[in-house]
Amino acid sequence: MFNLPADLRFPRRALAALTLALVAGCTTPDSPLPPGQVFDPYEAGNRKTHAFNRKLDKALLKPASEGYAGAIPVDIRTAIGRFAENLSMPQAIVNGVLQGNMKGATEDTYRFLVNTTVGLGGFFDPATEMGMPSGTGTDFGETLDVWGVPQGAYLELPVLGPSTERAATGRIVDLFTDPLGYALPRPERYYSTGVSVLDGIGKRGRYAETINSILYESADSYAASRSVYLQNRGFRLGRGTEEDYVDPYDMQFSDP
Amino acid sequence: MANEMPQEISRRTAILSGAATIGSIAASGPALALNNSQAKALVERVVSDINGVISSGKSLSGMISDFERIFRRYADVNIIARSTLGADARGLSSEQMRAYTDAFRSYIARKYGKRFREFVGGRVEVKTVSQVKSWHEVSTTVYLKGEAPFEVRFLVSDRSGQNLFFDMLIEGISLRLTERTEIGAMLDRNLGNVDKLIRDLRMAG
Repeated sequence: MFNLPADLRFPRRALAALTLALVAGCTTPDSPLPPGQVFDPYEAGNRKTHAFNRKLDKALLKPASEGYAGAIPVDIRTAIGRFAENLSMPQAIVNGVLQGNMKGATEDTYRFLVNTTVGLGGFFDPATEMGMPSGTGTDFGETLDVWGVPQGAYLELPVLGPSTERAATGRIVDLFTDPLGYALPRPERYYSTGVSVLDGIGKRGRYAETINSILYESADSYAASRSVYLQNRGFRLGRGTEEDYVDPYDMQFSDP
Repeated sequence: MANEMPQEISRRTAILSGAATIGSIAASGPALALNNSQAKALVERVVSDINGVISSGKSLSGMISDFERIFRRYADVNIIARSTLGADARGLSSEQMRAYTDAFRSYIARKYGKRFREFVGGRVEVKTVSQVKSWHEVSTTVYLKGEAPFEVRFLVSDRSGQNLFFDMLIEGISLRLTERTEIGAMLDRNLGNVDKLIRDLRMAG
């Protein structure tokens, strides 16, 4: 295809092996869980990571996002968010193709082309103004789902937060398969990392009320973030309520 | 179907009498199999009330009490409250259940009503409706300034005897299931004591 520098070839090959090992290692419950039950065999360790993440958020991320929101005008924050989203498009296109979702991959490609050119590198979003469909925002975790890999156990990752064995594997693979990582020369590659960090801080601020309510106002912030993450992840993977949503009118309650 | 009837009727009667005590307003006439357009009509009323609150320019406490009114009128608070207790609901006396349901309704109104601030300047539009299992799902899109539009889905049923929604899913996150987790954690914290849970709930949100 294209010529990679020698230092890039090795991690890719090692990565393929790592992916296989991780995917094969996606834990599944011994017997099917009742609907609404979470598969969380690593709960004790996850709770420790959660306590760490919460401290990190309180000490660093939350104040940083408040400072960011205070120092940078909203229009610029929006532009940085768009720029970061645009940078993630090639990755989404690759995964769209891997999932056999040609429609999504094509739409993402047009969106990327329009926003990179007319949108001046992605700082503006003419694609949305022209009524083009919103990006798929897909990732390798979703590709694994399409390929039939089970979700595996729930995981809370240090710094990155809620995940699953499958989604975490996807994140690692995505780090190495991002076409931009290969297309961009070295300093620009670091800028793009910087932009995604800024975008992360921006998102922490944009969803501040939701995140604060989960982390600092719920009775059990670990259980609350696990529940919210898994529900939203299912939604993003296109799962509706058909699968395991139980009609509450069918639940057996004794009448008072 | 036929063998489900007696149980269904007794449940309806129980819930209806409960609803009558609390003073719920009937959103529709007799419950003859709900259809898609009725479900959509219900959510259209909810959405038009919500849009009214968003554009009213009211104070936070005004928005919270407006949201509680919407919730009281169009949602089956009884089944939502009861299902958040799970199997623990069985052990409750009728007074406890009533006190819990009241505390739960106000808690939800405070917790979600205060979020209406983020909706100011935005709008909600009803999109599609479809039947899923025994209920109807009405999908709406929320447009907020400077943000990608997102989906809020209402689950509507007539199994209480009235056409009411029994869940609201924001980008797939169910209010009912999320509160089931939250109430479960609160109950654990109170070592399963429902009266203490009710006391906590009155302060929460």
